[in-house]
Amino acid sequence: MNKKIIFSAKNVVMDFAIGTGNPLRKGKTLRALNDISFDLYEGESLAVVGESGCGKSTICKLAMRFYKPTSGKMTFAGEDIHKLRGKNLKNYRLKSQMVFQDPFSSLNPIKNIYYHLKRPLALYHDIPRSKLRQTMNDYLEMVGLTPPEEVGNKFPHELSGGQKQRAYLARILAVGADVIFADEPTSMLDVSVRIGVLNLMTQMKEDMNKSFLYITHDIATARYFSDRIIVLYAGHMVEWGDVHEVILHPKHPYTKLLIAAAPDPERKEKVELPVVKDVDSEVTAWSPDKKGCPFRNRCPVAKPECAEAFPEAKKISDKQFVRCIHY
Amino acid sequence: MALLEVKNLCVDYATIDGGFVRAVDNVSFSIKSGESLGLAGESGCGKSTIAYSLLKLHRPPAIISSGSILIQGKNILELSARELEKLRWEEVGIVFQSAMNCLNPVVKIEKQFYEIFKYHNVTTNKKKAKTLSEELLRMVGIPADRLIDYPHQLSGGMRQRVVIAMALALKPKLLILDEPTTALDTVVQREILEKIFELKEKLGFAILFITHDISLMMEVCDNIAIMYAGKLVEKNTAKNILYEPMHPYSDGLKKSFPSLTGEIKKMVGIPGNPLDLRNIPKGCRFQERCFNAIKGKCDEEPVISSVDDGFFYCHNPLKYNKRGVNSE
Repeated sequence: MNKKIIFSAKNVVMDFAIGTGNPLRKGKTLRALNDISFDLYEGESLAVVGESGCGKSTICKLAMRFYKPTSGKMTFAGEDIHKLRGKNLKNYRLKSQMVFQDPFSSLNPIKNIYYHLKRPLALYHDIPRSKLRQTMNDYLEMVGLTPPEEVGNKFPHELSGGQKQRAYLARILAVGADVIFADEPTSMLDVSVRIGVLNLMTQMKEDMNKSFLYITHDIATARYFSDRIIVLYAGHMVEWGDVHEVILHPKHPYTKLLIAAAPDPERKEKVELPVVKDVDSEVTAWSPDKKGCPFRNRCPVAKPECAEAFPEAKKISDKQFVRCIHY
Repeated sequence: MALLEVKNLCVDYATIDGGFVRAVDNVSFSIKSGESLGLAGESGCGKSTIAYSLLKLHRPPAIISSGSILIQGKNILELSARELEKLRWEEVGIVFQSAMNCLNPVVKIEKQFYEIFKYHNVTTNKKKAKTLSEELLRMVGIPADRLIDYPHQLSGGMRQRVVIAMALALKPKLLILDEPTTALDTVVQREILEKIFELKEKLGFAILFITHDISLMMEVCDNIAIMYAGKLVEKNTAKNILYEPMHPYSDGLKKSFPSLTGEIKKMVGIPGNPLDLRNIPKGCRFQERCFNAIKGKCDEEPVISSVDDGFFYCHNPLKYNKRGVNSE
């Protein structure tokens, strides 16, 4: 790939202390992310899929500097984002933005849409006052909110969920972000407008060369919107690579399970879920003292060796990698 | 005789300025015993309002303004509170979206089961109630020794299973599932739905399955009804809706879900936004977003047209050639 790497994570580990509220009890440590490494290229979308509690959102929060990783680092244009200070930090904040799941609470309810676009333009870009209105209208038209004069003067509660998410994306364009961390951007929207928002994001990716880290639990939309995919289980990357390779020819037992469980009306015959029955199907919490493969208890093809160590990444092809003892 | 028959049901919500918003408008459908009907539509289209009104669980400002709901021939709108109490749970069970939160957090599961049996005059014997509830838990795939747990000791998926077991405790003939798995992960969702439909085969109850996830519904239900802005726009077998939907809205909904394994093509979804029920246009409610609308003609209220196994309301339905390909 000759594209430029814009954002990357190297061996990121994130621990949270839990149960520290009670001074009489010794707290435990929860390992939310274990050894996460990826590169995000310019104009590319990388999907992260997994069940709730697997650490998907923690990746976003680390990238947004809400937390500092326990070990490992995240870099933007070659620099460690958790060590940025002053001007460089401001620049990073300009270039990386996050889209939240709930557009109802990510816009200020007492300010109109123009205000949301005006703030980043006034703070970060020297746009002359005479051209401000025209610039804002251009951004609104770019995200398909027409007529811009009418929408711009509306308040968030006057817009539908899909329109709000579009307005939020317009704000991100106004900031001028290059890397967009989208944390389940469509899961709260009406089903009929979801695809429209995904198409808008595709357009931003292809025409404006924006990069997306697309966090989702919906594998079908990941395949629709993304180029590459990471499958996360209990904070471990179990399989990653080209989105079509991984979804059409899954190798890791957990990826196979996720795909068998996803709804697909075109599926001809009923598939048996490839999972050990009678084991609680929630994602188990991981801690630093545990070892082995996190999926082994539910895995239908687990071997005794699986309890000893989490296998190293194995290259299946140029476009697909898996961490499983069977490969 | 159909198990459930809904005729011309209208449900209104009173608004603060003294007016009414019609959330469910002239909806008619029926469910035979042992049938599974899926009710699909976007948020705010009235699907949950239907679920609530079927058991008269709706509260003001919602009122049923006209129509009838017959369950095994009894019009439930005419029943007294006493008779309704008997009907709920014993004849019709219901599982809500956040059902796992409807368990009492300070009472053990065992006692919550016991109370069902006690109030519905099944048994007052604690030992007997325990064996009955153990059997129910085993049925939904939870080890029987979890009965002594409090709800917080169970995971979200297990709590949802407990609620489903409770809904089935009195062997209802109809189970209403209002987005039962929306809050859960895909794997857990699949496991629970498989269990429900397996139990349906075994115990022979009928299912009204309400969700917005139409691709999931097409996989599990026999028949599907599609709602838009308070109206039923199309009802047919799942296979027909999947391959040859007549109403442009059904077609659009279907095309809003990207394929998991098929070819990836650019999809358009449905333009525009869901209708605001406070100002309803004249005639067909979908015309503004419809790619197939005919100017002038769609300003009239569409009438029902029957096709094999179903019906639809549209002036200009989609047409198919012999190979099932949309010919337009």
